Amino acid sequence: MNDHAVQLTNVVVNRNGILALDDVSVGIGFGRITGLLGPSGSGKSTLMRAIVGVQIVASGSVTVLGLPAGAPELRSRVGYVTQAPSVYRDLTVRENLSYFRNILGTRNADVDRVLEAVDLTSVQSQMVKTLSGGQEGRVSLATALLGKPELLILDEPTVGLDPVLRRDLWALFHTLADSGITILISSHVMDEASRCHDLILMRDGKLLAQGTERELLLQTSTDDIESAFLHLVDGHT
Amino acid sequence: MSAHRTVATARRVLAQLRHDPRTIALLLVVPAMLMTLLAWILDDANWQRYAPGLLGIFPMLVMFLVTSVATLRERTSGTLERLLSMPMSKADFVFGYALAFGLLAIVQAIIVGGLCFVALGLTMRGPTSLVLMVAVLDGLLGTALGLFVSAFAQTEFQAVQFMPVALLPQFLLCGLIVPTDDLPSVLRFLSALLPLTYAFDAMQKLAQNEVVSSGFWVDVAILVAMALALLTAGTATLRRRTR
Ligand SMILES: Nc1ncnc2c1ncn2[C@@H]1O[C@H](COP(=O)(O)OP(=O)(O)OP(=O)(O)O)[C@@H](O)[C@H]1O
Ligand SMILES: [Mg+2]
Repeated sequence: MNDHAVQLTNVVVNRNGILALDDVSVGIGFGRITGLLGPSGSGKSTLMRAIVGVQIVASGSVTVLGLPAGAPELRSRVGYVTQAPSVYRDLTVRENLSYFRNILGTRNADVDRVLEAVDLTSVQSQMVKTLSGGQEGRVSLATALLGKPELLILDEPTVGLDPVLRRDLWALFHTLADSGITILISSHVMDEASRCHDLILMRDGKLLAQGTERELLLQTSTDDIESAFLHLVDGHT
Repeated sequence: MSAHRTVATARRVLAQLRHDPRTIALLLVVPAMLMTLLAWILDDANWQRYAPGLLGIFPMLVMFLVTSVATLRERTSGTLERLLSMPMSKADFVFGYALAFGLLAIVQAIIVGGLCFVALGLTMRGPTSLVLMVAVLDGLLGTALGLFVSAFAQTEFQAVQFMPVALLPQFLLCGLIVPTDDLPSVLRFLSALLPLTYAFDAMQKLAQNEVVSSGFWVDVAILVAMALALLTAGTATLRRRTR
């Protein structure tokens, strides 16, 4: 066992002739919130898919909680929220969660817990298709919180949410991390960087930099992550 | 595979249908309406000749359509990917669908069969329970075919377009229009490969004979084998990892 919850080594992913991941090696620390930042199309979702084990990888290795990514033993230990909400729009919020709870084999009370956590208790008997985009995204997030995931892979979970909800969700992520859960969270909003313990910056399928916000700011002599990112981009081209 | 997850999946599929009364109505009312229309336009001899075969064709048609659209939706909405990243086997998924739509096929067969026997004067000499069984098997074949075909469609529009491709040739070759024995030999060979041929034949046998022949059970065995083979092929089209 190493000290990383997730370890990617020289990972190459080819999607439709595009190098979506180009020789990426990166580690994600246990119990930490790691922010995955980069512009649109930089390969954030692809990297997450590789960790969850739903992405065909051309070469390199992905190790998750000491096992190869996608190993059957990991299926109840990793929670994954795709960028587009993946829930049944023609079921109620509660029916969605009850179904996924059944598949995971956890207790019924779990549904109430995650509804509470994402603040959807009041709309639980509403059909998902009648919810707002932000609410629908939170149903998808709630699904990933069911059971006892040790690793959460969250693809842009705070997009389109108002500041109050965003703050509440980040508080939730920190509570989860404090209880020992490892979280990887992607965003292209650079100002969410300061809420993460560690950062991974990506561009064009390549790893640009990795470290804490402080380290990256020091390394680039800048005072916000956006400038640091631009500094790194210029340094690379 | 786990019975618990299969049943949970079937219940979820039925819950989705329950929220969609219009689809349920279409599933149950349209075949009944078409049979009524047919009874109306045909004289009694022809009605007795065509109706048993059609009893075996509707379930396949309808289940094919609902399954191909429903599973395509799972593929495109990401819910299938989510399920397969959970402790769920592909067989749980496929047999969950088969169970849900199998139950629906039973209800459909009872309604359409009941209508034909009670109100439309259809007489079939064989046991009614076996008529029901063949109809349900047929519905399962439709489900299996729909599942398989949904792997080759990218949109719901395409999935619906597959219907004539997958079902019309079967409809033409199953014996309803021209008895299979009278078909040119190439077509007769082809018809022997198609499931609907056996469903049609089984229904014909039930219509004509009071005593259930061993030939009927051969048809049923072939139908079961084909449904299982297609469900297995459908399972193989589900991918945990994609590009
Ligand atoms: N389903 C797909 N099929 C083929 N290529 C894809 C697919 N999805 C993404 N790609 C390609 O892979 C590359 C990386 O995409 P990815 O979705 O990982 O980016 P991203 O960083 O998540 O972007 P965004 O911030 O817009 O979500 C892009 O060049 C994209 O065109
Ligand atoms: Mg993305």
